[in-house]
Amino acid sequence: MSIRTISVLVENHSGTLSRIAGLFSARGYNISSLTVGETEDPSVSRMTIVVGGDENVIEQVVKHLNRLIDVIKVIDFGNAPLIERELILVRIDSTKSNRHEIVELADIFGATVAHVSATSITFELSSTCDKVNDFINLIKPYGVKELIRTGKIAMAQPKK
Amino acid sequence: MKKTGAEILVDALIREKVEYVFGYPGGQVIPIFDAFYQKKEIKIVLTRHEQAAAHAAEGYARATGKVGVCLATSGPGATNLITGIADAYLDSIPIVAITGQVPTYNLGTDAFQEADTMGISTPVTKHNMLVKDIREFPRMIKEAFYIASTGRPGPVLIDVPGDISRGTLDNYEYPESVSIRSYNPTIVGHPRQIEKAAEMIKNAKRPIIFAGGGVITSGASTELFELAIKINAPVTLSLMGLGAFPGEHELFIGMPGMHGSRTANQALQETDCIISIGVRFDDRVTGHVASFAPKAKIIHLDIDPATISKIVKVDIPVVGDAKNILTTLNKIVTPRTTSEWNEQIKKWKGERLFSYKHSEKAIKPQYVIEQIYELTKNTATIITTEVGQTQMWAAQYYKYSLPRTFISSGGLGTMGFGMPAAMGAALACPGTLVIDIAGDGSIQMNIQELATISINKIPVKVAIINNEYLGMVRQWQDLFWNKRYSSTCLRGGFLCVDCKGPAHCKTKYVPDFVRLAESYNILGLRATKHADVVQVLKQGLEADGPAIMEFIVPPEENVFPMVPAGKPIDQALEEL
Repeated sequence: MSIRTISVLVENHSGTLSRIAGLFSARGYNISSLTVGETEDPSVSRMTIVVGGDENVIEQVVKHLNRLIDVIKVIDFGNAPLIERELILVRIDSTKSNRHEIVELADIFGATVAHVSATSITFELSSTCDKVNDFINLIKPYGVKELIRTGKIAMAQPKK
Repeated sequence: MKKTGAEILVDALIREKVEYVFGYPGGQVIPIFDAFYQKKEIKIVLTRHEQAAAHAAEGYARATGKVGVCLATSGPGATNLITGIADAYLDSIPIVAITGQVPTYNLGTDAFQEADTMGISTPVTKHNMLVKDIREFPRMIKEAFYIASTGRPGPVLIDVPGDISRGTLDNYEYPESVSIRSYNPTIVGHPRQIEKAAEMIKNAKRPIIFAGGGVITSGASTELFELAIKINAPVTLSLMGLGAFPGEHELFIGMPGMHGSRTANQALQETDCIISIGVRFDDRVTGHVASFAPKAKIIHLDIDPATISKIVKVDIPVVGDAKNILTTLNKIVTPRTTSEWNEQIKKWKGERLFSYKHSEKAIKPQYVIEQIYELTKNTATIITTEVGQTQMWAAQYYKYSLPRTFISSGGLGTMGFGMPAAMGAALACPGTLVIDIAGDGSIQMNIQELATISINKIPVKVAIINNEYLGMVRQWQDLFWNKRYSSTCLRGGFLCVDCKGPAHCKTKYVPDFVRLAESYNILGLRATKHADVVQVLKQGLEADGPAIMEFIVPPEENVFPMVPAGKPIDQALEEL
């Protein structure tokens, strides 16, 4: 079982998302994350889908995505080097006494303070998924009140 | 010139050369039916249930290769179509289904007869579209026909809200052609892959051709025949492929799989090279996948890349249209002479591919089908089937020699398919004898279509093989469920206690199919004795117009051979 990132260019109209989601659910495949947004061409949306499965499952996913009429292009990144980012908002229990310590920790990851209250502090972090995971693990002991992840977006690195 | 959405639709269907629309009216499609009113170019066939309209459209498409069209209202009309649409989806049949929908301003409000038709139909259509802007409607119709009929064909649904069909559009153009940037099916096979396939065939000692519905869709029967003769290889056809190769030919070894011939299954287990063409390795064919064709390298020709290596690992895939690929392959393939393999196949095949215990004391279902074949083999004939035992016997004992002459619900296995499909086929092919080989269970699932057949004088012949059971399920209960015939006896109901079997049953079977036929003004005939069979068939088949021919057969006849589900295909059960 491996985790793969698949980028899908689709027609930007209603129903496309449910078509794609249905393709996964009908086969019992679980989507780890999915992000959708317009591209440089407003008639085209890009979906970045992270899916787990063996080689066979991934192959089926790619082929069936290609079969959908609304799908313009499917890019299976495979093991290619990626430029990838995920954005998170995370709110942590924090009072005056430990605020400094937490901010210092966040600094190491380049997380910025989005909001501060008397009992909490909220960070935003945009980074690679690995770094995001590391950050979450390190701040967990302070008490995570709420965590929101956007899911991964990814681009292949240019060849030169 | 100003036209309503409904008029745009009807004009488009005329432009697409649609002859028949199988449909059923309702609130949201009144404008569309109104636009059809007194149109001479297109005939509306009013079915008695929307499911039958979808199957009839399929029957039309399966008999001709042209797009079949069905039409129903929103909500229940659309949901009733779904079974037929799903049937077309699994068998890759080109139909366009048009459904009414509540007006756009009412969408999502749980309005009267509203259903999320897009949501419901997405998993069972090749594509579907909701018309939200009348300006897009002409293009959508054009796209629907294009998508349905090209590449791997399939059903396309257009959901038309009431305000769109009532709305108007000025000076529209119906597009001559379409181009969809995201949809470009591969037609031409990759030359290098075809060379590799030819190379593998050349080196094969025991090749076998396994062809399916894709050959029929592609119109590649001639090319298939040429290949088989050239490489002198036995040909097995999936259920969907029957008719793609002559059933009487010495190279033909029958259908493989669960109810396939022993010869085909043995050959698949022994072959070193399967040339598979337009098939999808359904579980009813492969049985236990890991044990399937253990010695074989597999060449797979298919227009749908998603089919390749979906079930079995393919060694040489060639993506493209079967006719196109086979034409190229036939030019470069090395001819094979008769070998030990051919002798072995001949030995396995023996006198006949399928056999049963003959009896003149009763009417054997297999005998009825053999007699239908004998009486019709020199006449242009299309056989449609219902689903279950009679479907399998029709596949085993009738010898199809031409494509599009065997019309059956393969993938979905939809009971109630045969009679409406026969209506569509009969309308599509006037002058061709169309016979639905039916079981008494399955026929009752769309029996209301006798009205459509009668009123429109559609010359459909229905042979009902009546064993008073839901025979295929009863067969499974017999073989694998300790003869506990739960809910499969059609004489029985919840009032039955201490059942001692049909021989002791005093409940009268209903319906009386002969009287039922007569009540629809259709000729009804019944054979209860072996000696009556041919006479009843002759009378029914020769009569003008439709006929119901009922054959009372022994209740416990089973279909053999039978490979139990999930077992290797060389482990078939035979009649004891």
